[in-house]
Amino acid sequence: MLKFLIRRLVQAAATVLCVLTIAFFLGRASGKPGALLLTDGATAEQIDQLNETLGFNRPLLAQYVDFALGVFRGDFGSSYRNPSIPAIELVAERLPATVSLALTSFVIGVVLALAAALSIHVFRSRKLRALFIWGGSLRQSVPDFFFGVLAVLVFSVVLGALPSLGFTGPASYVLPVMTIATGQFVLYVRLLDSALTEQSSQDYVRTAYARGKSHGAVVATEMLPNALLPVMTMAGLNLAGLLGGAVIVEQVFAWPGVGEVLINAVSQRDFAIVQAGLLVVALMFVVVNIVVDVLYSVLDPRVRLS
Amino acid sequence: MFDKSADDGVLLRVKNLVIVSEGPDGDVVIVDDVSFEVRLGEVLCIVGESGSGKSLTMLAVMGLLPAGLRVDSGSIELRGRDLLKLSENELRAVRGREIGMIFQDPMTSMNPLRRVGSQLAEAVRLHQRGLSRRDALARVYELLRSVGVPQPETRAKAFPHQWSGGMRQRAMIAMATANDPVLLIADEPTTALDVTIQSQVMDSLASTREKIGSAMVLITHDLGLAAENASRIAIMYSGRLVETGDVADVFRQPGHAYTKGLLASVLTGSRERAYAIPGSPPSPRDRPGGCAFAPRCPLAQGRTRCQEEVPVLRPLANGTLAACHFAEELLANESMLELSS
Repeated sequence: MLKFLIRRLVQAAATVLCVLTIAFFLGRASGKPGALLLTDGATAEQIDQLNETLGFNRPLLAQYVDFALGVFRGDFGSSYRNPSIPAIELVAERLPATVSLALTSFVIGVVLALAAALSIHVFRSRKLRALFIWGGSLRQSVPDFFFGVLAVLVFSVVLGALPSLGFTGPASYVLPVMTIATGQFVLYVRLLDSALTEQSSQDYVRTAYARGKSHGAVVATEMLPNALLPVMTMAGLNLAGLLGGAVIVEQVFAWPGVGEVLINAVSQRDFAIVQAGLLVVALMFVVVNIVVDVLYSVLDPRVRLS
Repeated sequence: MFDKSADDGVLLRVKNLVIVSEGPDGDVVIVDDVSFEVRLGEVLCIVGESGSGKSLTMLAVMGLLPAGLRVDSGSIELRGRDLLKLSENELRAVRGREIGMIFQDPMTSMNPLRRVGSQLAEAVRLHQRGLSRRDALARVYELLRSVGVPQPETRAKAFPHQWSGGMRQRAMIAMATANDPVLLIADEPTTALDVTIQSQVMDSLASTREKIGSAMVLITHDLGLAAENASRIAIMYSGRLVETGDVADVFRQPGHAYTKGLLASVLTGSRERAYAIPGSPPSPRDRPGGCAFAPRCPLAQGRTRCQEEVPVLRPLANGTLAACHFAEELLANESMLELSS
């Protein structure tokens, strides 16, 4: 276990370094930011002068070496728009909003899907399956940005019941969480339903019935743990995606999260913030992947971490 | 229609059982009008090729037919009570308590995520609600020890994949017999095991059965296993019972050409080559009218009665019941198969 964790952490560090390197070169390939910082009337000399001051005229490799050395010291540089605050801090202060939104949405989406999939199988009901999969697919076929706007229209504008923008208190969670959770719902229902269907014809399930076990208990304690295994990988990838910032939903609801700051930084070629933001995204993916692997070994005794 | 004198000793009576498969083009009859009985404490062997309906017949007794299959008509009486009329809750009290079942493949018959001991303890506690976890485990150790599992205390903590196939099947025997059922159903219990341990597991099953005094239905395609373990035998072909009787009678002088072919297909010291019944069994969908075995039967060649009229089981001079219009010819001509092959 310990050996496994150490090896995975080393791998994770390498992965993050790769992501940062790619982010660095792709960012630089998109051009120099000088022109974007100055007004439209700025001359070429002024732009060049600014790029020179900010260090963007130096050889690419020299810039990279500086950047890489900084990374090892934990220094990701600072935004040239706001040089007094390190870029990593600007991203980090947005992290709680993103993580809380991601976790809440994820848990609610998964719990709803679990309840739906279990009810389909406990009641052996084709009607319930049709209802959940059709309903969920209908919701999924509406893009999140459109659904979000509709939700704001109904709940904030017409009913006036919920805040539509920003973060003003717990009620602010409702609309963005509803948008993300219902959007992912059908994905998990489909995965769980097909995994449970596959398990239902397994020999060990028949053995459990032959012991005299009730159908509900067979579904919940025999089939479900086995059905969760294949779903976990997919769920992990989704969660990591959300933790890296649900960019569209954060934009729609002006949610003060990582996704929003990352999008703005990209359009302004604010390289330091883009790199710090991508570090967060990469970290989320590697951490969630390690957690999923550990969960596998906890759930499935046949899996050995080595 | 059967021996009436044994009525009071009958444990399980299956009468005119019809199992159908529900398909888009209508139902297909899989098990066709099967009737047999199991008497208290006896071992009945059901023999037949794969797909002959022997496993499905016994799964119907458990109320565990796979999805898409259902009992169309007939009755299944256990100690006079029709199991087909029971509710799901009432059936649960029968499964694992009155009837224990052992399945073919011990590698897949246990939940891979749960400890063997916990699955066995559950079998005990499902039918003895008041029993504590500790007492249930003590019973599990006792059961495992009695089926020949060494160090049950440590092994019970292991997961199924850490057990060998033979040991797992012993655990399945322990599970099926946990509540001293009156009837055991063993569905090809040794088919999936290495030849070297088949007889050990069979011995363990036989001695456990004797200890608790239950009756057993042994499903197999191994006639040797039937000869060693059963008192009576029932032969199935294409979803129908073609012959049934005491093992000694059936083996001495079979009353059905299919039984005779099966017996001749076993390699013995007295024959150089095993006999092979020509052709292959029909799928239930294409089952011929009349006798299902007619296309492969040396007696049926050129006879329209075999093609038109389904034969019913009837008592014969050899002491067995067989479903054949011309069984007497077979009994009169002992060397029939050898001549025709």
